Amino acid sequence: MAGARAFDELWGAGSGKAPRPGFEPLAAWLNDLPIAELGRRQQAAEAAFRSLGITFAVYGEEQAAERIIPFDIIPRIFSHAEWTRLSEGLEQRVRAINLFIHDVYGDRRIIADGIVPADIVLGNAQFCIPCCAGRPPHDVYAHICGIDLVRTGPDQFWVLEDNARTPSGVSYMLENREAMLRLCPELFDALPVEPVDSYPELLRETLQSVSPGRGDACCVLMTPGHYNSAFYEHSFLADNMGIELVEGTDLEVDDDIVWMRTIQGRVRVDVIYRRIDDAFLDPLVFRPDSALGVPGLMAAWLAGNVALVNAPGTGIADDKAIYSYMPEIVRYYTGEEPRLPNVETFRCREPKALQHVLANLDKLVVKLVDGSGGYGMLVGPAASKKELETFGAALKAAPERYIAQPTLALSTVPTFTESGIAPRHVDFRPFVLTGANGVKIVPGGLTRVALQEGSLVVNSSQGGGTKDSFVLADPGSGPNPDGDS
Amino acid sequence: MLSRTAANLYWTGRYMERAEFTSRLVEATIRLTSLGDHAEGDQAWKSALSVVGAGRAFAAAGESFSPASVRRYLTLSEDNATSIRACLARARDNARAARTALTVEVWEAINRAWLIIRDRTKPGGAQATLNLVEALKAEIRGFEGALARMLRSEGCWFMHLGQVIERGDNTARLLDVKYYLLLPRGQEVGGALDRDQWSTLLQIVSAKTAYRHLYSGPLRPWRVADFLIFRAEMPRSLVSSAEETVSLLSAFAARTGRQGPADRLARKRLDRIQESAIDAVVQKGLHEWLHDYIRENGAIDNAIARQFRFG
Repeated sequence: MAGARAFDELWGAGSGKAPRPGFEPLAAWLNDLPIAELGRRQQAAEAAFRSLGITFAVYGEEQAAERIIPFDIIPRIFSHAEWTRLSEGLEQRVRAINLFIHDVYGDRRIIADGIVPADIVLGNAQFCIPCCAGRPPHDVYAHICGIDLVRTGPDQFWVLEDNARTPSGVSYMLENREAMLRLCPELFDALPVEPVDSYPELLRETLQSVSPGRGDACCVLMTPGHYNSAFYEHSFLADNMGIELVEGTDLEVDDDIVWMRTIQGRVRVDVIYRRIDDAFLDPLVFRPDSALGVPGLMAAWLAGNVALVNAPGTGIADDKAIYSYMPEIVRYYTGEEPRLPNVETFRCREPKALQHVLANLDKLVVKLVDGSGGYGMLVGPAASKKELETFGAALKAAPERYIAQPTLALSTVPTFTESGIAPRHVDFRPFVLTGANGVKIVPGGLTRVALQEGSLVVNSSQGGGTKDSFVLADPGSGPNPDGDS
Repeated sequence: MLSRTAANLYWTGRYMERAEFTSRLVEATIRLTSLGDHAEGDQAWKSALSVVGAGRAFAAAGESFSPASVRRYLTLSEDNATSIRACLARARDNARAARTALTVEVWEAINRAWLIIRDRTKPGGAQATLNLVEALKAEIRGFEGALARMLRSEGCWFMHLGQVIERGDNTARLLDVKYYLLLPRGQEVGGALDRDQWSTLLQIVSAKTAYRHLYSGPLRPWRVADFLIFRAEMPRSLVSSAEETVSLLSAFAARTGRQGPADRLARKRLDRIQESAIDAVVQKGLHEWLHDYIRENGAIDNAIARQFRFG
């Protein structure tokens, strides 16, 4: 992390004089546009987001609904070749994730074959026992995955996290592109950028494809309600897919069939894209105090009468303890070498790894396998001597609860800041859709940027922003028919 | 349309209408009391409380009676479910939950009205209260204008239905209180104060000049009753509410091909009003007649909730 200059997505590893091949038009645009004009356009974008109400709530704030995530006007960019490689890796990984979930709730061959230890699957808080009694329609579990990637060099992409439950953020991919098309149309003349606006249509097709019944499936999007921080995204997606946005109280289960209450009577529901956690889905099976869910929903799912997107129990695939086994999991189910590597991970449950971690505590990030949101985490390079000692003791006492990873020098992208254009660290979340007919990925995703100088924290709750993510079309395919001379 | 969305829209309409009615009630009462002496002023504020059915709740909330305390209670009180603030908060909550079914204009009008009153802690003196109420009425007119520009379909009809049901209830209560609680003892019917009170009543339903157009001669109680019950030209009359209820429910029926108990009740009520006249009503007793109307209105409200599965 410290010291060496990070790889820059526009300028590469070099001195910053010449852009990476194919990105010259973006560099020229950035050099030619007066900084004041850049600032004006950025403000116009943020004003548009505010009036559209593209907001997120931070729990506990009185006027929570009024916040927007900062938007940065300078896009991050992928070449066609980079994207092809990435999407092959994503497809492979998500295919393996679905096969893995299917296996652990069924035959558990991967445990029998000794690839993954039984206790970290069956003893995992994310292992959903009720899911063992059923199968989702078409055997798809993780229909929508948001795979968080980071980059450290020209060919070094790493998977940081697999979000296989209810990943959010796709509305920013779409709205950021809208803003860029309106405010910087000249960039789209200069660069053959692949469109992303087919996402709602692809998602709708994915939902339709996993319907348990035949014919025209009734799909709905289920939200916890308008107080939820991601409600804007829920209503945006439902609107753009042309499906109903429902809450738990709009649904009822009768004889294992799910119905939606409308002014013209009950309408049978086939597919539920739910943006509500497993724990709240069905008070009869999970948290009994949940007022957000639908009593009987799990019974309907187990009876095969409704598809839940994503299926319950997918959390077992994005758990931190499981994550460290992902390369083995990919190899096991696909018979191929993983195309996208994990960040190197030391499982402290293994004596050799523990020894290494204890010896290098000041250089590593150590995480609780069942922790999230930064709890129970040690960032070695930033810790005091005393903190290192205390943490080392805790680690020795219960090594099986921890994993460790090296700190990474995340790539940067030129970003508009108060002191001019400066490099800021980014990550990237593409959205991978899996339906009955295979895996589809829209060429784009959500780029999150840490707006503080040197910061590696891209979370929106901690001052992170977003950028548009350009994926360039195949230079040989002539994507800009009326622009070439 | 989801039943929950329909319920949210219906209640958005009802609460916006109630907010306007309470605003007009406060405005008219301030104007009335600026004319008379103290005792009469107190009487006017007491009757304002009864019009919105809040007399008992006001006492139960431990409020001590004064024109200023009633003014605050009717405009800003959080304990009073019929205060303007409470109505706007609920209208906004319902609108927010059904945000995707609203146009930007409708949402903005509701939100602006809410923002005017949200941070207000005191209504201030009579003039300040009048200014507040004036600003709120303007936003509520903006809401009605935005509603008129909406696509003529279920979303618009549910809000409109909420408005006309609420409007019928409000007008009936106003008339009832005027006839049986408002007349101060010892005052000659038709005297000076009485005339002021009648004009105040017309002002609340924004019909002072309209009355002059339809009736010649001095203000007469039975004519005002005729006006507010039977004249279809008058948008806030009971027959207008009854008519609009029927035609809105017919719009739904035309769209879905189905009718229900709400349609039947609403048509029965309209027939009954249209077959009657003010003399018959006075003979039966206006108070009883108005109570029947309020009860019937409640039954139609229930039937609407059942028919469209508000849940």
